Order: sequence, then C-alpha cells, then structure tokens
Amino acid sequence: MKRQHVAWCFVGPALVVIAVFFALPVLAAFAMSLTDFDIYALADLRNLRVVGIGNYVELLQRPLFWQALGNTLYFVALGVPLSLGVSLGAALLLNSRLTRFQSFFRTALFAPVVTTVVAVAVIWRYLLATRSGFINYVLGLFGISPIDWLGNPHFAMPAIILFAVWKNFGYNMVILLAGLQNIPRDLYEAARIDGASSFAQFRFVTLPMLAPIVTIVGILTVAGYFQLFAEPYVMTQGGPLQSTVSVLYFMYEEGFKWWNLGNASAVAFMLFLLIFAVTLLQMRGAGRGSAWQ
Amino acid sequence: MLLAVAAALLCVGCSRGAPDVTVVRFWAMGREGEVVQTLLPEFERTHPGIRVDVQQLPWTAAHEKLLTAFAGDATPDICQLGNTWIPEFVALGALEPLDARLAQSSIDRRDFFAGILDTNVIDGRLQGVPWYVDTRLLFYRRDLLNAAGIAEPPSSWSDWTRALAALKARAKPGSYAILLPLNEVEPLLALALQQDDPLLRDDGRHGNFQSVGFRRAFDFYVGMFRDGYAPLYTASDLANVWNEFGRGTFTFYISGPWNIGEFKRRLPPALEGAWATAPLPGRTGPGASIAGGASLVLFRKSPVKDAAWQLIEYLARPDVALRFHAATGDLPPRRSAWNDTALADDVHARAFREQLERVKAAPKVPEWERISDEMRLVAERVARGGVSVDDAVRELDSRTDRILEKRRWMLAQQRRTP
Repeated sequence: MKRQHVAWCFVGPALVVIAVFFALPVLAAFAMSLTDFDIYALADLRNLRVVGIGNYVELLQRPLFWQALGNTLYFVALGVPLSLGVSLGAALLLNSRLTRFQSFFRTALFAPVVTTVVAVAVIWRYLLATRSGFINYVLGLFGISPIDWLGNPHFAMPAIILFAVWKNFGYNMVILLAGLQNIPRDLYEAARIDGASSFAQFRFVTLPMLAPIVTIVGILTVAGYFQLFAEPYVMTQGGPLQSTVSVLYFMYEEGFKWWNLGNASAVAFMLFLLIFAVTLLQMRGAGRGSAWQ
Repeated sequence: MLLAVAAALLCVGCSRGAPDVTVVRFWAMGREGEVVQTLLPEFERTHPGIRVDVQQLPWTAAHEKLLTAFAGDATPDICQLGNTWIPEFVALGALEPLDARLAQSSIDRRDFFAGILDTNVIDGRLQGVPWYVDTRLLFYRRDLLNAAGIAEPPSSWSDWTRALAALKARAKPGSYAILLPLNEVEPLLALALQQDDPLLRDDGRHGNFQSVGFRRAFDFYVGMFRDGYAPLYTASDLANVWNEFGRGTFTFYISGPWNIGEFKRRLPPALEGAWATAPLPGRTGPGASIAGGASLVLFRKSPVKDAAWQLIEYLARPDVALRFHAATGDLPPRRSAWNDTALADDVHARAFREQLERVKAAPKVPEWERISDEMRLVAERVARGGVSVDDAVRELDSRTDRILEKRRWMLAQQRRTP
C-alpha cells in the first residue's frame, strides 16, 4: 500500500505534464473540431456554432481534401519504399568490409538529416530550376529536354519525393546499419560453408535477421511521411495546380491562413485516424511476417 | 510560482508607464518596419514625452501574429495593416474608428486618392489612415513594342490585343508578349474591378462571378494564355524576373510600384530608356486597377490613443511620406505629396499618379483574401486548359458561397460586432 503511494509520487509529475501538455490540448482540439471556430468566434464567442460532425462530413465532400489525401498517399506510396531501399542500400554498402573511409561516408550520408529543411530546400530549388538548374543540365547531357520540375503539376510531386528521400534516408540508414552490425558473423560463415551465394546470404540471413528493425523503421517512416509539410511549404506552396498540397499543408492553410480552426482540427483528427489505421495494418503485417519466419 | 510570474509581468507593465514618457507600441512589417525607424527620431524630438517602440514583423508571420495578439489581448497601439486585412480586424472589433480624429486634424480628407481612402472605410466608418499605396499597371519594353510597329502603349483592350498579336508575330522562340505569373491574382483582379458588376452581391452574401462583367474580364484574361500571348509561368519558373525582362523574354508585365526601383537598379544602363510604365488599359479606354497598399490603424484596446494618433498624423505628413518614399520606393497616398519634384519628375511614377485616380477597392469582407485565392486557383486551372470558362465561373460562385456561409448566418443573426 505504502509502496503504491511512493510509486504514484514518482509517476505523478510526469502524468501531470502529460495531462496538461498532451491530453488536454488533444481534448480541446477534439472539442474544437466539433465547432466552427473562426475569426468571428474569436471576436465574440456567441458567434461560435456547435456543428457536431459537420466539419468531418463537409471535409469528405471537399475535392481539395481528397486531392490532398491523394497527394499524400502518392508521396507515401512512392517515398517510403524508395527511402527504405536507399537507406538499406547505403547501410549495406557502409557495412561491407570493402568500404574504406567508413566513418567519413557515414557522416557524409547522415549530413542531410541534420541540415535545416528550409535552407536545403532553397538549394534544391536552385538545383531543380528549369533553365539554370544542375539537374536539368545533367539530364541535358543525356539528351533529355529540360523538365519544369516545380512548375509542372506532373513533376512537382516526384521532385518533392526526390528531395524528401535525399533529406531523410540517412536517419534510417544509421539505424539499419546498427542492425546489420548486430547480425552474428557466424551465421554468414555457416551460410558460406553451405555454399550460399551473396544474394542468398542477403535473402536468407540478412533480411530475416533485420526484419524487426525494418518493421520499426518502416512504421516510423510511414508515420513521418504522412506528415509531409515543410517540403511543399518551402518549395512549392502547394502548387502548381495544388499538386503538392498534402493533408498537413491543407490543415495549415485552413487553420493558420484562413483561421478556420474548427475545420483544421477536424483535418488533424482525420490524419491521426489515417496514420493510426495504417500503423495497425503494418503491425499486423509484421506479425504475420515473423510467423512465416 | 505563478504569483512570481504575475508580479514580474506587472513590473514590466509599470516600468513602461514611467511618469512623463508615453510609450507608443508600433508594429510594422518587413522593409517598412526597418525604414520607419529612421523617421522616428524627428517625431520624438518634436513630440517630447512620446517614445515610439517599433517592432518589426516579417510579412509572412504578420497576420498570424496579429490574430494571436488579439486573442491574447496584447495588440499594439498602432500597426501597419495591409488594406485588405482591415475588414477582418473590423469584424474582430479590434480597431478604433478614426473619423472624428481625422476631422479635427490638419489632414484634408479629400487630399487622399478617393479609391485608396475608400478601402479604409468599412460600413461608413474610417478605420485606418492610408500610409502608402500600391496598385498594378503595365510595365513594358518600349523598344520591343516600337520594333513591332506599335508607337504608343495601349489604352484599351482592343489596342492591347492588337499589340499582343503584333508582338507574338515577331517573338523569338521562348519569348512572349506578356508575363502574367499564375501565382498572382492581381492582374485578373484588376481587370475584374474595371467592370461595373460587383464581385460579390447582396452585401457580400454571395459570389457574383457568373455576372456578364466578371465573365468578360475572366475571358479576356485567360484568352491571353489561350492565344499564346502569355506563358504558363509561375514566379518560380523565372529565376530572375528582372533579368528576363532585360533579355526581352516578355514585353508587357503587370506589376506594382516596387518594381520601378528594382528595374532601375537591376537593368543594364543600356536599357535605361527602353522600358516604361503605362496605366492599365480598360475595355474602351484607360481602365481601373486595384486600390492596394497599407494603412496605419489604431487599436481599440490602446491606452495611449492620443499619442498614437499624433504618430499617425506625423507619418501622414507629405514631407515625411516623401522621405519614406525616397527610402522604400513606396508611393504616398496624398495628392499633395505628389506635387513635389521628386515624384512629379519621375517618368516612371507618372503612370502611377494617373492610375491612382482610377483605383477601386476589392470587396470589403473578411473572407475576401480566401475568395481571391480561389479565384487564382480557378483561373490557373482554366489557363492550363481542360476547364471551360462557364464551368469555372460556376465553380467559383459555389466555392465563394460556401466560404461566405458563416457571413450570411452572421448577417441573418444581426449580431455582427460593430
């Protein structure tokens, strides 16, 4: 009994902090998502109307919301596998015994992660410029005519994906690298004695051993990529033709540009539900994966 | 601990109200916020007992910061406010009407350009004093226009179309007759304001974009893309718009007063006489343009309104406005300031002087900025092809009506904050 009291004393402060800075704002945001809070309500609370699930129903009828959702799914569907692939590839290269200057490359490949999105995005805008950009210059060497990366609705999102993958792969790479280094060498030795090719070693030793880490990295990356915001905010402002409006960018515009905080809160909860559902699916998928193993 | 914080805050409060010095808190944005500080020593010298505390806000964060300040009861005494923002802050009940103060001051109300002053009048009451003006008109390459066989800049839409066609016929690949960046709504808005039909109807309850007037302006605007006079560019497609203007990538460009200074600075000396400005053409003769710019507003919650008003009066003085113009390039809103040689002799400013007599305010509803954003998006969609003008204006009306839903409800309740 007494020990329980002591335990509460230790947990208490943390619980209070969580309640005040997490639970309360989340509840308040949920309550707000059931109203039409806007600048009129800011002027006078009598102008606030409780609309129930009206915000949510209306959102589902807004073409721009669906477009934002589509853009975000496009970004996640293409960006996450690409990001994981690049991370894994880089980790394998760094883990190879043939690689020299390992720590140099590790730092160099990790560098984009610690840079500021805004600063790098400005540099990428120069790289992606239609007439004077380096990327189009290189493509030009192969006879490909200049692409209007950030001005063409078809290419803006791929450009953003390219940028985001470059910016983020280093983080996953470091985690995967740690995972690779934890795989016991004798497994590879045993595989080699059994005559496994290097691809077979990768397929039947590296991948299964790495599976739990890949799952975690995958979940984190998906959750992170769903919250796409800074890249389009800095590089395209959602354009051209709203082809790079992500769900979070949509929420930002609703909330802080147009000050429809009720609507913006509803978007936030929709996004939360979406990420939650996808993560559940991933966990279930991962569970099945390990059973197969 | 809370008490200690509260006490500390109170002390900050009391130190500000030191015996014989009144502190006026003034929020200004961007470059203006920087330059205005050079004008203040003279004000503080001629107004002993008043000290001005300027806080500079970046434009991108200004709107958010002002609304947060309002919600947190921390608004400044006076503030620079873009004149399209005024209706919103009036709806919030944050501003102090200024009719009485202006009537008692030495400023002649009729000295302001009528269209500019009108943007500050909401429901019949003056809510701000114009500080500097902004409108959009034609910048053009005179040499290229002459080479295409056109001697004078166009003053009507039909002349304009003729000039555009002549320019297109001679254009090299990759160069165009006119630049209308797709991320800017102002050219379309200016053309729409030239029409007699208002953009919103029933006291701002519904969109009026299916009206004959708007359709005419919209059709003329997207026609410039359809006919290949204007490229489908956004601002980010041109790494440097001034270089491209110098290179002749486009002959006409609809832009604002800040570009007078930019073009003077950035174009090579050889092109000095090659570019000029002209008022915006209208359907049958010189047409109207947008009444833009920024005003100085006084906040209702301010405890030092009299001192703050003196600062507004000082900044509105023609001689001060001219010094402000010299440092920023911002154009003064009072006709008397324009009589000064600095402005009267500026060939590029002359078209602005003429245009300012013909400027019209955008609809004065708090939702306007959002509606104009929809206008830009719909126009971009039509310009890029695939959507007809008919469908576009219908869509625009329905989006506008959705945005104005709350306003209609408010008006029906008759509970609008005064």
